[in-house]
Amino acid sequence: MKPINFLGTKTLFKREVRRFLKVKMQTVVTPAMTALIYLLIFRYAMGDRLVPGLDIDYFTFLVPGLAMMAMLQNAFANTSSSMIMGKVMGMHIYLLMAPLSAVEVVFAFLAAAVVRAVIVAVVFLGVLAPFVDIALLHPGVILLYGVSGSIIMGGLGLISGMWAKDFDNIAMVTNFVILPLTFLSGVFYSVKQMPAIWQQVNYINPFFYLTDGFRFGFLGVGDTNPYASMGIVLGSVVVTILACWMLWHRGWRMKE
Amino acid sequence: MHALEIQGLGKTYKNGKTALNDVSLTVPQGSFFALLGPNGAGKSTMINVLADTVRPTSGQVSLFGHDLFADRGWCKRRMGVVPQEIAFDPFFTPIEVLRFTSGLFGCKPDKAWIDELLERLELTEHCSKNTRQLSGGMRRRLLVAQALVHRPELVILDEPTAGVDVELRRRLWGFMRELNGKGITILLTTHYLDEAEELCDQVAIIDKGNLLTAKPMKQLIQDVASSHLWLNYAKTIALSEDDKSALAAYDPRTSETGVCLKLGRLEDGNSTFHQAYEAAVARFGPPIDAGVRSEDLEDVFLRLTGKGGVVS
Repeated sequence: MKPINFLGTKTLFKREVRRFLKVKMQTVVTPAMTALIYLLIFRYAMGDRLVPGLDIDYFTFLVPGLAMMAMLQNAFANTSSSMIMGKVMGMHIYLLMAPLSAVEVVFAFLAAAVVRAVIVAVVFLGVLAPFVDIALLHPGVILLYGVSGSIIMGGLGLISGMWAKDFDNIAMVTNFVILPLTFLSGVFYSVKQMPAIWQQVNYINPFFYLTDGFRFGFLGVGDTNPYASMGIVLGSVVVTILACWMLWHRGWRMKE
Repeated sequence: MHALEIQGLGKTYKNGKTALNDVSLTVPQGSFFALLGPNGAGKSTMINVLADTVRPTSGQVSLFGHDLFADRGWCKRRMGVVPQEIAFDPFFTPIEVLRFTSGLFGCKPDKAWIDELLERLELTEHCSKNTRQLSGGMRRRLLVAQALVHRPELVILDEPTAGVDVELRRRLWGFMRELNGKGITILLTTHYLDEAEELCDQVAIIDKGNLLTAKPMKQLIQDVASSHLWLNYAKTIALSEDDKSALAAYDPRTSETGVCLKLGRLEDGNSTFHQAYEAAVARFGPPIDAGVRSEDLEDVFLRLTGKGGVVS
C-alpha cells in the first residue's frame, strides 16, 4: 500500500480553487450578471405564463434549471481550461512529475470543479432569490444532483483537457457537445411540451436527469421521478470517475 | 550507492524513431554528472523518462536503490527536474508557484528555504509579480527554484542556462556547486561544454540514442583527448606521398602554410613531441612558428559524435 500524498492532493485542490478565484470577474461576477439578464428577459417577457402540465409559472420553472446549467458549464470549464492551459504553457509536466497518483489528481481536480460550480449556483440563486418564489424543498436531492452533475462535468472537462491539444479543441467540445447537451436538457422547457420524438431524445440525454432532479429539489415537481433517476446519475458519476482515473493513470495524451 | 542506475533503457516513439537504444549508465551519489550529446541525441528523452513524462520502451532504472517504475512516489520526492522548455503558470506569482510546487511534492512550504531560493536565483524583487511579467531568464530561474523547492537529493537540469546571461549563469553554477558540495547529486545537460568540463566530475556522451562513453571527466580527458603539434611555414605546404609515408605515425594534415601532427605517448609516458618535431623539420625544414594544442572536452565531444570533421 503506497502512502497517500495528502498534502499534494490538498495543494492541487487549493491551486485549482485559487486559479478560478484569481479571475473572479469571469467565474463569480459573470454568473451574477447572467442571472440579471435572464431575469430581465424571462421574468418580464414571459410574464406569469404557466408551464403546461406542471402548473408553475415559467420563470420559477426556469431558475433551478439555469442554475444547474451554470453549474455544469462552470464545472466543465474549470477542469478543461486548467488542463489545456497547463498543456499550452507546459505546466502540466509538474502534475506528471509530482508524486501524485491518478486517484489524488482526479480527486483534487473534481473537488475544485464542484467548489466552483457550487459558488456559481449560490451567486446565481442569491441574485434571483428576491424575484422568484423557490425554496429548498429537498436539500438532499439538490445537493446530490448538484454535486453529481458537477463531478460528471468536471470529469468530462478533465478528459477533454487531456484529449485537447489546443484551445480550439476545447472550444469544439464546448460548442458542439456541452452546449447542446446542456441547452437541450430541459432547462428551458418541460419535456411534456415536446413532440414524442424529442421526448425520447431527452430521455437519452444524461444532463436531462441532472437538470430535472435538481429542479425537483427546489420545486417539488419535475418530468421524472428524481429518486428513480438517482441510479442513472450515480452510475454516471462512477463511470466518469473511473474513466478519469484510468486515462490519467495511463497518461493518455499526456505522456509520450 | 548510486544515485541513478540505468540498465538497458530504450525508447522508440510511435513514429518509429528510436531516441534511446539500450542505454546503461550509473550516476554516482554526490557526483556532478554531465550528460552530453548533440541535438536529438536522446538526452531529453532520458530525462523525460526519469521525470515520468515519457514512457520507456524497455529498461530498468533505480534511484538510490529504489526501482523508479515500481516506486515512483518515493523516487519523485527525491528528484527535482528543470525542464528544457520554459513552462510557467500565468495565474500565479513566483512565490505562489514555489509554495504550490513544494506542496505537490508532499513538502510543507518552507518559507526560509523559499526565500533563500528566491534570493540565490535573484528573483526576490520579482516574487510578487505575475509570472507573465517575468523575462525569459527569470522564468528559467524560477524553474530551477521549482526543481529545488522540495529539497531533492538528485537534481536534473536539462539545459538550465539557455538564454541566461553570462554573469548570472556563473552565479547559478556557483549555487549548484554549493548544493553539490552538500551532497546533492546533480545531473546536467548543457551545450556549454567548457562549463561542463569545469563543473562536472563525471561525464557521459550519447549520440543517436547510443551511449558513446561514460567515465570520470578527468579520465575521459586523459584517455581520449589527444594533443597536436602545429608548425607554421612561410610557404604553402602540400603533402607528397613520401611525406605522408614518412609522417604516417603522426596522422599528418595540412592547412595552407600549416602542418598538423597528432602527438601520442611513448612507452615511458613521454609525449612524441620531440620525434614529431624532428620528423617535420626533416621533411619541410625549420618552421617560423610552432605550438602544441591539447584537445579539450569540446574537441573530444565533437570527435566522438562525429560532428567535428577536422580538428583545428
